[in-house]
Amino acid sequence: MNRRILFAAAALAALPLAAHAAEPFRIGLLVPMTGPFQSTGRAINDAVKLYIKQHGDTVAGHKVEILLRDDAGVPDNTKRLATELVVRDHVNAFAGFGLTPLALATAPVATQAKIPEIVMVAATSSIVNASPYIFRSGQVLPQPATIAADWALKHGIKKIVSVVSDYGPGYDAEKWFNDRFTAGGGTVVAALRVPLANPDFAPFLQRVKDAAPDAMYAFVPAGVGGIFAKQFVERGMDKSGIRFIATGDVTDDDNLGDMGDAMLGVVTAGPYSAAHPSALNKSFVDGYREISGGHRAGFVAAFAYDGIEMLYRALEKTKGNMDGTALAEALKGLSFESPRGQISIDPETREIITPIYIREVKKVDGALYNVEAETFAAVKDPAKAKP
Amino acid sequence: MLTILVDGLAYGMLLFVLACGLSVTLGVMNFINLAHGAFAMAGGYVAVVLVNGYGVPFLLALPLAALAAGLLGIALEQTLYVHVYRRTHLDQVLFSIGLVFIAMAVVDYTQGSQQQFLNLPAFLKVRLDLGVVSVGAYRLLIIVVCGALALALQAILARTRFGARLRASVDDPIAARGLGINVNAIFAITFGVGSALAGLGGALGAEILGLDPSFPLKFMVYFLIVVTAGGAAGMTGPFLAAILLGVADVAGKYYFPSIGAFIIYTLVIALLVWRPNGLFAAASGR
Repeated sequence: MNRRILFAAAALAALPLAAHAAEPFRIGLLVPMTGPFQSTGRAINDAVKLYIKQHGDTVAGHKVEILLRDDAGVPDNTKRLATELVVRDHVNAFAGFGLTPLALATAPVATQAKIPEIVMVAATSSIVNASPYIFRSGQVLPQPATIAADWALKHGIKKIVSVVSDYGPGYDAEKWFNDRFTAGGGTVVAALRVPLANPDFAPFLQRVKDAAPDAMYAFVPAGVGGIFAKQFVERGMDKSGIRFIATGDVTDDDNLGDMGDAMLGVVTAGPYSAAHPSALNKSFVDGYREISGGHRAGFVAAFAYDGIEMLYRALEKTKGNMDGTALAEALKGLSFESPRGQISIDPETREIITPIYIREVKKVDGALYNVEAETFAAVKDPAKAKP
Repeated sequence: MLTILVDGLAYGMLLFVLACGLSVTLGVMNFINLAHGAFAMAGGYVAVVLVNGYGVPFLLALPLAALAAGLLGIALEQTLYVHVYRRTHLDQVLFSIGLVFIAMAVVDYTQGSQQQFLNLPAFLKVRLDLGVVSVGAYRLLIIVVCGALALALQAILARTRFGARLRASVDDPIAARGLGINVNAIFAITFGVGSALAGLGGALGAEILGLDPSFPLKFMVYFLIVVTAGGAAGMTGPFLAAILLGVADVAGKYYFPSIGAFIIYTLVIALLVWRPNGLFAAASGR
């Protein structure tokens, strides 16, 4: 053990002496590649590979090395693997993190090792507070939730029923939408929570129907979104004049193509759509389709693509200095065009500032897509806004 | 109100078809088969692949899914289950739960971990207005199919020669063999039919319950509840239990959404305190 500390100390002491042009820039990519969340891990991995393929594997004289580690979605694994990556592999940054607990488990390791942790997918607002080295490339749920509420108010929707899955992100989605909606003069008739392992949505949807609101606001995991929407239509609720509003997670491009026509007309607020009209997005979507074996790029892939770009840009900004603290400083205030539009990193909160779009599910060339209708540029995390 | 009842009925019927195979293996053959849900999942995936991948009509895919799950059941019975019939219940539990994990991994590897969506034909997506109540056509189909199956099963078990042989084989396998009944074949057929029903349930339920590799574990609790609460003798007990639980679950979630998820469990506890052997207990305490 003593020897290991000595080694580490020696390595640290040697660092500032010379900029090792030959020393590779190592990124520890911690994602669930097996288990129930493996689709998240695969999307992240494919997007990272795509970015490197498109932008080369050398930044400011350093060769980029990705060290992929599978945590199977278990926080204990993430922490152990993160520690190994620091001690044994001397990584210069962490990236990945499909779920909030996984990101939080790594926070103390990032703080101690003083290396940046790029949280790509996990979307709980409080994550970045866990370490001064955490930066987010994805989104926080309050961003789309409050925008959805603003949009509803603007379009004459006065009464809503919210239906969310009974777990952390669901509460976030419920709280931020309902608070904003109520503050703007709307009425939340009922706030329903559906058990996460719920087999049948019938009773909840019937309750929404009987409450006869102007709209139903829903947050359920993307996989279940299609079933939820089908039962919504089966109940004839689309025809009884109840609008279906949701955050972009429900109509994730990753599944949307298979969900069926029941999704048509669903209005969502979200940061990324594969149908976003820009040259950059087109090359991203096309490249992703090729590298992933025919899959459509969803928001997870887009967030991961942005996360790697953040590290590339930070390393360029430090002119090849791979010191973690210098990288963290460089990450603050980054601003660039992503496949979803112009994004930046809030220098004060280390949080993503992202455009949020109001989209409607429509058929484009025979397949379902989230077609963007309205843009809200540079949305900050409302949970971190100073009162 | 009536809509809730019909929804609950459809849900209960679905639970019955999914679980009745388990009640046969557990109650009649006295074998604890936790892998029952794996056969349901197999049926569901067969239906999804047939309908979405090969464009087979949905109504034709249902019996095919049942057939596939049934054949799989017979094959596994002949090769694997045969060896654990006479082992202790703990061995049976360990064996079958292991089978569940294998099944989940196989499906995960071949089909991916994402939720599967069945493309239903248009005529099943409509909502029918029956005067007093409006029902989704799909839920109506479930009620009709499952109701008919329940009647047929009860008739087979109670009225036919096969049913009599099955009951004899279970009560005293040695005497049954002495009378020239091929006990092994009867068990294999029964197991296959049970698996086929599960497969049918999985295919029918994909639309309402969802379908992903964690299906067998997610619904194991529900199957066991139906069998426990119904008592493991004959078909009537599990049938009534499934209907009761389905309606109570749906109604509970409608009227008390905040505690809705727990109502089904509370009901089961109350039921078991009242009748520890289930609604219709077997006469002989096996």
